Amino acid sequence: MSIKEVDTVPLPVTRGEAARPRTRRSVVKPRRWKRYEATLIGTVSVLGVLLTWQATDSAKMLPLFLPGPIAIGRALVTLFTDPRSEIWLDLSTSGQELAVGYGGAVVVGLVVGILMGWYTRFQYALDPFVNFFYSTPRIVLIPVFIIWLGIDWQSKVAVIFLGAVFPIIINTMAGVRNTDVALIRVARSFGASEALIFRRVVLPGAVPFILTGFRLGVGHALTGVIVAEYIAAVNGVGKLIADAGVTFQMAKMFAGVVFIAGTGVLLTWLLQRIENRFQSWRPQIKS
Amino acid sequence: MGGPGAKLVATNVVVEYWLARSEMLFTAVEGVDLEIADGEFVAIVGPSGCGKTTFLNAVDGLIPIADGSLTLDGREISSPGRDRAMVFQQPGLLPWRTVLGNVMFGVEAQGTMTKSEALERAKQQIELVGLRGFEDAYPLELSGGMQQRVNLARALLTDPEMLLLDEPFAALDAQTRELMQLELLKIWNKSRKTALFITHDIKEAIYLADRVIVFTKRPGRVKCEIRVDIPRPRSLRVKRDPKFVAYEDQIWESIEEELTVKPERLLAGMPG
Repeated sequence: MSIKEVDTVPLPVTRGEAARPRTRRSVVKPRRWKRYEATLIGTVSVLGVLLTWQATDSAKMLPLFLPGPIAIGRALVTLFTDPRSEIWLDLSTSGQELAVGYGGAVVVGLVVGILMGWYTRFQYALDPFVNFFYSTPRIVLIPVFIIWLGIDWQSKVAVIFLGAVFPIIINTMAGVRNTDVALIRVARSFGASEALIFRRVVLPGAVPFILTGFRLGVGHALTGVIVAEYIAAVNGVGKLIADAGVTFQMAKMFAGVVFIAGTGVLLTWLLQRIENRFQSWRPQIKS
Repeated sequence: MGGPGAKLVATNVVVEYWLARSEMLFTAVEGVDLEIADGEFVAIVGPSGCGKTTFLNAVDGLIPIADGSLTLDGREISSPGRDRAMVFQQPGLLPWRTVLGNVMFGVEAQGTMTKSEALERAKQQIELVGLRGFEDAYPLELSGGMQQRVNLARALLTDPEMLLLDEPFAALDAQTRELMQLELLKIWNKSRKTALFITHDIKEAIYLADRVIVFTKRPGRVKCEIRVDIPRPRSLRVKRDPKFVAYEDQIWESIEEELTVKPERLLAGMPG
């Protein structure tokens, strides 16, 4: 990828007279299908992989170890139709754990990250803890949480929260720190209050960093759900995967993985959308 | 101190920095005495690193003075205020705001105008600096000259008692710079606001100012001042006027004395 081709070319302003903003198209006019290029290539690529996968399955190469997409699809349907299935309970259990744990991480991570970025002394005080916990795999704490909080949702929320909160703190802090000092000088020069500088200069500048933290947090949170439930749980998607795995119900296990992956893709996509909204001022970079 | 009509009065102004890394006190400006009359356009030139920008920052109230006094309309300057507005060397525009949003940022920070009033007057100001039609453009879509127009409009919108300009055209190409000088004078002619302009460009200083102040090398103080007796309005052609060239020689000689480097090495391409 190379950085070139800024879409709009500003024309020089002529004195006084009304200069209209004209935008000139780049030399090669982009073809219509270019707009759908990403979606198209992505879809074709995924379909290709699925077909190949199904072909190996149909050829009965590895039926026990790797079920094909159709078998997984069937397992998914069975999960919802089988009267003995507790899929809704599993989904809502994991969903609630995720919502509480991740939601808490977003709120706490944002507040702590902003405070650490804005007040140096706050950072000095909390840095050792953030570094300690961030560099420790939180999974090792699961047994402790189970002892403290039981095998119900509380221990899972704790794991999810601890997984997601640190990337959010660290990125938010970096975003606040990253503020262009020249912009702060301009604001000070115009007599802006600290509150206004924070709201109008620091925070908007930190948004891309914060959203990156949120996205990294999603991955950590999902890992937290599954791993915590894997170790000990009554219900949940992680529990479903664990049970299916140890009883060689590979298709069912993969169906569980589909839920997790789907949630991850959905949340990441949503955050990406939000991020793009905040980035509309950036000239587009094309490859 | 301060004769009748004096707007800005600087008396023995000293600005010092504490350099943390080398652990020493650094005197950037030492004993500047300067008076600027109401409606006067004053330019400060001096060798690079002479503390002229530091002095301007002190006038803006961004950095404290260590000694002496600095007053505007008789009031001591201790912090940034509504009576002053700065046009910065780097445009310092918020990249996520449009031209309109950036022009309004100054008054927004001051909290002096209602939003609708600011919007109304910002549009007029954008027209005045020749950016009509670009209200919704983002800074990254603008050329350097256009960004500096936004920078200027932002300062003008606050309607200050005194306009401070810190080498605003230094980063522009030669042609754009000349054009911007011309336009600045046109705009300035309408309001005749007291202005203090910092530059290292001798021609620019003479062309714009009623009075050019030459700073000594660091620590900066006033070395001499030259009253520019060229009638206004001034077209860009006055730069080739013999009188203009004579001023240029005079100022260059004065700066030359301040340079420790052998002047022959610097003279290439320089007048005089």
